[in-house]
Amino acid sequence: MDRQSIEQLLWVIPFAPLIGALAIGLLCALSPKRGSFPSRTVVGFLACLGPLASFMVAGGVFLALGKSPETTPVHQTLFSWIQCGAFSINFAFEADRLTAVMLMFVTFVGTIIHFYSIGYMGHDKGYARFFSYLNLFLSAMLILVLGSNLVLMFLGWEGVGLCSYLLIAFWFDDEAKAIAGKKAFIVNRIGDFGFVLGIFLIYTTLLKNGPSSLEFSFLATHAYLLAPVATIASLLLFTGAMGKSAQIPLYVWLPDAMAGPTPVSALIHAATMVTAGVFMVARMHFLFDLSPLSGQLVAGVGIATALVAALIGFGQNDIKKVLAYSTVSQLGYMFVAVGAGAYSAGIFHVFTHAFFKACLFLGAGSVIHALHEEQDIRKMGGLLKKLPITGTTFLIAWLAICGIPPFAGFFSKDEILWSVFNTWGAYGKILWVLGLFGAGCTAFYMSRLVFITFFGKNRSSTAFEKIHESPPIMTIPLIILALGSVLVGFFGIPEALGGSNVFASWLTPVFGEHTSATHSNFIEYVVMALSVSVAFIGITIAYIKYVRKPFIASEPRGIAAFAEAAFHVDALYRIVLINPLFSFTRNILFRVVDVAIIDGAVNGIAKLSSVSGGLVRRLQTGTVRTYLYYFGAGAALLMLIVYIGKW
Amino acid sequence: MESSAYIGLAITIFFIGVFGMLVRKSAFLFLMSIELMLNSANLAWVTFAKVHGNLDGHVYAFFIMALAAAEACVGLAIIVLFYRKRRSVILDNAKEMSK
Repeated sequence: MDRQSIEQLLWVIPFAPLIGALAIGLLCALSPKRGSFPSRTVVGFLACLGPLASFMVAGGVFLALGKSPETTPVHQTLFSWIQCGAFSINFAFEADRLTAVMLMFVTFVGTIIHFYSIGYMGHDKGYARFFSYLNLFLSAMLILVLGSNLVLMFLGWEGVGLCSYLLIAFWFDDEAKAIAGKKAFIVNRIGDFGFVLGIFLIYTTLLKNGPSSLEFSFLATHAYLLAPVATIASLLLFTGAMGKSAQIPLYVWLPDAMAGPTPVSALIHAATMVTAGVFMVARMHFLFDLSPLSGQLVAGVGIATALVAALIGFGQNDIKKVLAYSTVSQLGYMFVAVGAGAYSAGIFHVFTHAFFKACLFLGAGSVIHALHEEQDIRKMGGLLKKLPITGTTFLIAWLAICGIPPFAGFFSKDEILWSVFNTWGAYGKILWVLGLFGAGCTAFYMSRLVFITFFGKNRSSTAFEKIHESPPIMTIPLIILALGSVLVGFFGIPEALGGSNVFASWLTPVFGEHTSATHSNFIEYVVMALSVSVAFIGITIAYIKYVRKPFIASEPRGIAAFAEAAFHVDALYRIVLINPLFSFTRNILFRVVDVAIIDGAVNGIAKLSSVSGGLVRRLQTGTVRTYLYYFGAGAALLMLIVYIGKW
Repeated sequence: MESSAYIGLAITIFFIGVFGMLVRKSAFLFLMSIELMLNSANLAWVTFAKVHGNLDGHVYAFFIMALAAAEACVGLAIIVLFYRKRRSVILDNAKEMSK
């Protein structure tokens, strides 16, 4: 397809899933008997249609951008959205090469997860509601990615936040799950507040220097005007990214978000929504480029998150919680990359991570499905024999996340570590060492998960013979994603290994040439070998600990218990933030401001009129003569006043 | 023209009317007291018209007479209805307005 027709079709990408969501929602609301019509087949078909259409158009965008010699973005303005004096926001979509990459994997992984959900959610009574939310989520995510200005991006940003809340609290009759949904929403709001302030700051700063606009193309060409506020503005935007992409200190919502159905965790909390923060930083790269300080802070927060989450991952026993912390940890790596200015490396990790993490989550879902909602890995074991497809795909994704060549994770993680190694001198080296250590931790806790779950003896309450592999509608997506986990890394083979890093050169028109230092290939080989050997060390330790010795479930003690309790971060937040806030609201805002001052004033006025009315009504005797006395007295008084006044 | 005698008379009649309204309980006497006050006002108008030598006061006196006639009419009708309802014309018994 040529460029013009793609430009006309850009709207389809976000709107196709939106139409799907509305269609499913309306069909259910209008169906006479709940649950009878539309049938599950119809709903499943409708739900997959939207994402599939988006994927096809996204493919067209990708091809159009790849073919055309000029690299200007594909742009479509739908209508003028906000028009207020000089302030104007268009509802417009724009796709450059960065967007195209995001579009491709979001729609691809999204579509696969939709198919998987048909199998996974097959027996759930909220089947149609689930698919309606899932479609809505995808639509919001695509608006976020495609929006041509900050405000439209923020619309998508809030949209994914809302859908995340709806989907995490999907089984809302379980109170703990409903609370997890609320937590995700509230923590995200804190970040969003920073994002909004950042948008305001950018707009007002530009306004001082003439006409202002929030279009990305305008911002990119006028970025130099933002130089005085670059650090503050970029950090405010990063606050938003911290919430959405689960960075310290706002990461606490993501582990709890595992309360949602497993496909939700795979789609939202691994492949798409949590990557929005990384994408946003990459999108605003011209702003982050202006402030080296905020770049260093971003990378610092990233590495701290990567390490803390990895260490917590050591002690987790819920299969999904381990994956959740590993997601937080991997997101940390992405921020290390974008903080260091290696945007294409960060986006590359987003890209590969989407495949192997979705594969891991869906595999975990398949395990949970086979064991009848059992999530505790201590009650699993030996599942590789019983779940051959799930097990094999899980193992592939595991090797990918550990960073074993030639699986996808190796290339992206290595590129991140390499670019950090080359930036900032000593600070970069420290980050690199920490990142290397984190990679070893990742290998260890992921191997622990794999060994306990898939090797050893069966410890589940389900009889071993009765454990069945999931149906093809679930295993085929797993196979596709596992293939992706093997293959997508080859887009980014570094030059040192004889590749040409197609991924980085694809993104060069967006981020510009990344000036890599003139290190010899030899150092790059050493760095690579180090990260691979660290991964092997992690796997070996886990092998000795969990395979050589038979695994016995025991009460964790000491550091293990500390890690299992997620370092008591939730308790810390409760003591430091939530309790003071609650007591402030209850004792000051409620008891003093509301009850004493506001209610007091309202009730006081009512009381005053009632008391004064009670006094005045005594004058109304009802006898005509009394009124005459008043009348006479009034007249006499008036005359007196006139008399005195005349004097 | 010496007017003080006329005005004095008008004031006297007026206060007789006021006094009557304040002390008598019968609705008829109440009405009659009002007529007295209106007439005292008429006397004052006419007196001042004579003093100032123009006709305005006379005109007003006529207006007030018409008004007094209408008022007597309505007042008597009210008294009749009042009597039918309560079998009495004592105004102090009508205290519903305080309730």
